[in-house]
Amino acid sequence: MKMLINVAETVVADALRGMAAAHPELVVDAENRVIVRRDAPVADKVALVSGGGSGHEPLHGGFVGPGMLDAACPGEVFTSPVPDQMVRAAAAVDSGKGVLFVVKNYTGDVLNFQMAAELAEDEGIQVASVLVNDDVAVNDSTFTAGRRGTGATLFVEKIAGAAAEEGMPLERVEALARQVVESSRSFGVALSACSTPAKGSPTFDLPAGELELGVGIHGEPGRERRAMMTSHEIADVAVDAVLEDLDPRLPVLVLVNGMGATPLLELYGFNAEVRRVLDERDVAVARTLVGNYVTSLDMAGVSVTLCQVDGELLRLWDAPVETAGLRWGR
Amino acid sequence: MSETALDAAFFVRWMTAAAAAVDREAERLTELDSAIGDADHGTNMQRGFAAVVKAVTEGEAPETPGAVLTAAGRQLISSVGGAAGPLYGTLLRRTGKALGDAAQVSAEELRAGLSAGVDAVGQLGGSAPGDKTMLDALVPGVAALETSFEAAATAAQEGAVATVPLQARKGRASYLGERSIGHEDPGAASSALLLAALAEVAK
Repeated sequence: MKMLINVAETVVADALRGMAAAHPELVVDAENRVIVRRDAPVADKVALVSGGGSGHEPLHGGFVGPGMLDAACPGEVFTSPVPDQMVRAAAAVDSGKGVLFVVKNYTGDVLNFQMAAELAEDEGIQVASVLVNDDVAVNDSTFTAGRRGTGATLFVEKIAGAAAEEGMPLERVEALARQVVESSRSFGVALSACSTPAKGSPTFDLPAGELELGVGIHGEPGRERRAMMTSHEIADVAVDAVLEDLDPRLPVLVLVNGMGATPLLELYGFNAEVRRVLDERDVAVARTLVGNYVTSLDMAGVSVTLCQVDGELLRLWDAPVETAGLRWGR
Repeated sequence: MSETALDAAFFVRWMTAAAAAVDREAERLTELDSAIGDADHGTNMQRGFAAVVKAVTEGEAPETPGAVLTAAGRQLISSVGGAAGPLYGTLLRRTGKALGDAAQVSAEELRAGLSAGVDAVGQLGGSAPGDKTMLDALVPGVAALETSFEAAATAAQEGAVATVPLQARKGRASYLGERSIGHEDPGAASSALLLAALAEVAK
């Protein structure tokens, strides 16, 4: 597999140096692997810190900035960052109002953020954590590590980030983040596997005429393999899988998220099918976002995330945001 | 079990041998991880144990068995990431703490220490033997230390291989449900390497 890299060992560091060159509004510490908004700590504001394995860009570093995250900690490709990074980030952004860790539900992320929370509290930083677990493809049972955190992470970071920007206290920001998690569900589909720089070849075998349903964002295989389907058929399966678990009484935010190698042309076509299914199921759409936001390296495919929103969540979603990956004004 | 006294130098040799074993087997670990995980276990363990060797051999090297393992565990937590970092880090740190500040420990004290470390891993990961994790190699391996280092290595290796028919209930492999059956758990495989390295330096 050809890749635009020098050597596999330095892909994350190289990307961080490039990010620093492109975004003077961020402080990018490539050595310690922490991305912080330049004006941090912002006085009297709760700070949001997230992080996770690299390979999901723009998540999380691309979401650092006013209205979203205060800092992000990128790990190695598909590997959780280490507690040292999170503690460093928390110390850099805490204004004294406390820090919210946004954690995707993977064993590694959970364990490292848990250790980091304890260490940060030892340093006198008040920390709350919210666990994002929106992927309905995984049974939430004692026989698994629980649902994965995927597309809903963007909703949590945006809405909680806006709440923090408005000056809400930590308990309130945390409660809103939890509300977003509870109101969100996702389902992903892969048309091809992805290749990690370390391995250099696809992480699983997906024959030309087949697709993988219920796929995650780490190149891990999904739950079921079927013969290739049309965009129309995939939307039926994906949206119905989400709605089986989420019965929206309120309008929804829709995220049609590309996995990295699917063109926007196809994503928008797919969004038309998603809207068709939602119309058929009488689900009202409040806002729609289409693009590559929570990616899986060069995987081709798409995920659908729905989040039902009340007036407050919608207002916070619409609030201004200025990050590399998501940006809109008043 | 022999009455050999194990000093700090022995533990440094163990960590060095473990790093070499992880280096040798990195590709296989990553291959196993690619079948049921995310294809990075070999690389991550390589990075972690390289940092461990540096920490226990360079500068102010730790002077007791407990200090060697505690430092090694701290390095793994700070450099591996993923689930493996906190889990392996906890294994070595807790074992190191259990050994206290004695200048030398007996094989039996090491067995008891490792047993405490393994318990801590189970607690942190919320897992038990049979879940297709590190514990499936560590638990039988550490139990067989009662007999000999050699027996521990063999039991851990057999435990790792015995994860093949199991369905994963913890970690990323659990997302695959029944499709995790038929593959050796990468964490159990690297745990077996750790105990094989111990047997190697005890020879």
